[in-house]
Amino acid sequence: MNTQIFDSIGNFDAEGNSGTRRAAFQQLAKHGTKLALAAATPLLASCALIGPAIAPDTGLAKQTLAFAILLEELEHAFYVQALAAPGLIPPSDRVVIEQISKHEGAHVTFLNTGLTGIGGSPQPAPQFDFTGGGKYPGVFRNYRTFLEVAQMFEENGVKAYKGQAGNLITSNSLLTAALRIHSVEARHTAEIRHLRGEKSWTGAFDEPATKEQILRATQPFIRKA
Amino acid sequence: MMAQAQGNGVNLGTGDIAVLNFAYALEQLEAAFYIRVTSSFYSGASSRERQVLSDIREHEVAHRDFFKRTIGASAIPDLEFNFESVNFRDRQSVLTTARTFEDTGVAAYNGAGQLLRDPNHLLAAGRIVSVEARHAAVLRDLLAPRTAAFAGDDVVDAFGLGAVEPPGKIMQTVAPFIRTPINSAGLPKA
Repeated sequence: MNTQIFDSIGNFDAEGNSGTRRAAFQQLAKHGTKLALAAATPLLASCALIGPAIAPDTGLAKQTLAFAILLEELEHAFYVQALAAPGLIPPSDRVVIEQISKHEGAHVTFLNTGLTGIGGSPQPAPQFDFTGGGKYPGVFRNYRTFLEVAQMFEENGVKAYKGQAGNLITSNSLLTAALRIHSVEARHTAEIRHLRGEKSWTGAFDEPATKEQILRATQPFIRKA
Repeated sequence: MMAQAQGNGVNLGTGDIAVLNFAYALEQLEAAFYIRVTSSFYSGASSRERQVLSDIREHEVAHRDFFKRTIGASAIPDLEFNFESVNFRDRQSVLTTARTFEDTGVAAYNGAGQLLRDPNHLLAAGRIVSVEARHAAVLRDLLAPRTAAFAGDDVVDAFGLGAVEPPGKIMQTVAPFIRTPINSAGLPKA
């Protein structure tokens, strides 16, 4: 991931002037070889986490971002370990898991940049225990178990973003960024379910979950400090 | 062609109602499409494909009816559609059209969320958009099995953000499929 792009955007957001914006575009042109500038414009808009549209309750926005970052760190670390586990992921499915892992890593970076942009301080990721305290001992040896845990993480991600969206309704940029991530998590869960031989949905409507519900489900996977 | 931002045609209304009617129009389009698809499957449709397309039809009908109920007296009428460009006997034509509708739906909801003022409406849209994203992923997997296409770089950017489009752009994308003129002038702007 190209952290210099994020640095540039962070500067743009913090200063919010066109000169810095131009510099940000130059950075994008310089470093983002795959990024067409046309495509970068909405990105910058989505990254503009500072400005008049910011939520009046910045504390709530920071808490919401920190919560999202935790879930994304969990997912990203999970896929990184899985991809490194010998013989776990069949060659046929590797491209799928790599694509998901790439997105989760990008989400971590993006959200940390956003948190910094609204004056928050990114924290180091906690240590994870992907056996869930021993419930899934074969998580990185048995592909079925890995997919089961992956589906749980992805479904929880979808539910979590859906549940948090209302907290961001006063900030267009934060809300839109969260919605865009939400839709990517939903694509992930659909594909993971398919890899498991399951239907990719449970019905016409997906339900949200509260932060408390998600933290309760996630807690067994986080090592005590 | 669908008339836009003009004084004639079906009026979406203003504020949240306009956004909901916008979503209702898209769901009407999708429901009509899948009803047609599943009334006589293209030849060679696998059992998985039949199941997927039938499930999606059920979901889109449920979404359509949800908006009709939710919007109530301010709901737009039933729209008329034009699927002349689709060859319903051809797998590729059906699945690529379906993929376009689903990807468009996801981008539309992603863009419309910030236009809503009522958190209940936002949650309603959120309960639907993730299902649309699931549809999009599965259709993409049918067209390119076991690849990165389900969440491809064409719909997810380098920041891991899913595609987003403002309603005006979405209206242009779906215009060839909608016969009924629509007046979207009252849609809120970001």
